[in-house]
Amino acid sequence: MIPRPHGGRLVDRVVKGKRREYLLEEASELPGLSISYERGVDLMDIAYGVFSPLEGFLVQNDYLNVLYDMRLTNDLPWTIPIILDVDPDEISGVKEGDDIALRYNGRVIAVMKIEEIYGWDKREYAKQVYKTVDPNHPGVRKVFEKKELLIGGPIDLLGEIDYPVKNRVLWPIETRVLFREKNWKTIVAFQTRNVPHRGHEYVQKAALTFVDGLLIHPLIGWKKPGDYRDEVIFKAYEVLVEHYYPKNVVVLAGLLMNMQYAGPREAIHHAIVRKNFGCTHIIIGRDHAGVGDYYGPYEAWEIFDQFPDLGITPLFIREAFYCRKCNALVNEKICPHPEEYRVRISGTKLREMLRRGEIPPEYMMRPEVAKTIIEHRDPFVE
Amino acid sequence: MGEEKVKVEIEIPKNLYEKVKEKYEDAGFKDLNEFILFLLEQVVGETEEQVFSPEEEEKVKERLRSLGYID
Repeated sequence: MIPRPHGGRLVDRVVKGKRREYLLEEASELPGLSISYERGVDLMDIAYGVFSPLEGFLVQNDYLNVLYDMRLTNDLPWTIPIILDVDPDEISGVKEGDDIALRYNGRVIAVMKIEEIYGWDKREYAKQVYKTVDPNHPGVRKVFEKKELLIGGPIDLLGEIDYPVKNRVLWPIETRVLFREKNWKTIVAFQTRNVPHRGHEYVQKAALTFVDGLLIHPLIGWKKPGDYRDEVIFKAYEVLVEHYYPKNVVVLAGLLMNMQYAGPREAIHHAIVRKNFGCTHIIIGRDHAGVGDYYGPYEAWEIFDQFPDLGITPLFIREAFYCRKCNALVNEKICPHPEEYRVRISGTKLREMLRRGEIPPEYMMRPEVAKTIIEHRDPFVE
Repeated sequence: MGEEKVKVEIEIPKNLYEKVKEKYEDAGFKDLNEFILFLLEQVVGETEEQVFSPEEEEKVKERLRSLGYID
């Protein structure tokens, strides 16, 4: 059966109809706070139930519990604090219990009841969540850039931020209904930020062998220069699924969510989120959500031992490489041959070849996929 | 008004009972009843699908159809 959302109920804080009109009118009288694109993404994830059971940004007790125990105060697993940072002068005159209007690009997109205003220790946050205070870590750098206070409390979504490939983004209620329509009882999620190579296909198909359906779930939104554009990722996957997957076993849908690069903690976060989308399993790769060499290669697997009550099953599938002796894509658990026979599938190498307009060898990338990427006018973020 | 309850009697091995007793006390549950209910909810409750209202569901299906996810 499709699992219940985390905490038992899918959160819905999207206000519609007359109440929305009323709240929008009321919001024009409220003190306002401008929020960044990333906090706008968090807002939408809270409102559409991606972060169920959260109804808003964390209050202090939950924040501290998540930071030190990786659980909310009600003992539910939760590993990444979802917080809203503010400067004291942005909320001068605002006190706990007040409502504020959250604005993005000058437009009111939500109202928030401020339950708590509290201070926080950024260094401690970095130490606990990222296991490092090195400002070269992209997550740590962002934490150090945050403002001095946090505000916590429930939100009501009245508008939306703009985001790419809108027609390919599904929310948890939608995937849940979709899986039921497809009569899938077991669904495995695959998290990605890349175009598919043969290693990805191998891992997905290995997982798909044991379940009814596969949710290919690219993270969309913020990208850094050199990354593939969201629409390129979708086109590449569409071609792959059309030519190499059986009918009716794959759903390809975008997930609007911020990337943290928090390694093991984020692996748990990704699992919780996919449970909210109705998945029973999630593929967790080697160094899942890692960056540089901040985390051990299998830390993202080991952390799951601490969460027997997660409600979604992780599948730890080793990354694939091509073995010239086996003459197949294999992984280190099933290939007995030494390194000299093994050809690793490197994302960087693939990117360089595609940039030059070269079709990579078929054991690295399906030719149809490579062709689709090359034919795109502008496949990379500048 | 609370949900209707039934009283059931089950037999479990003595050493398992001893272990369970030790566990619920350590975990801070009020009594054995509360602990067993929690365990049953974890196993059975978590796998029960959430039901949406027909109106809500039709809206969702409409969007899924318009995006080509269902026929």
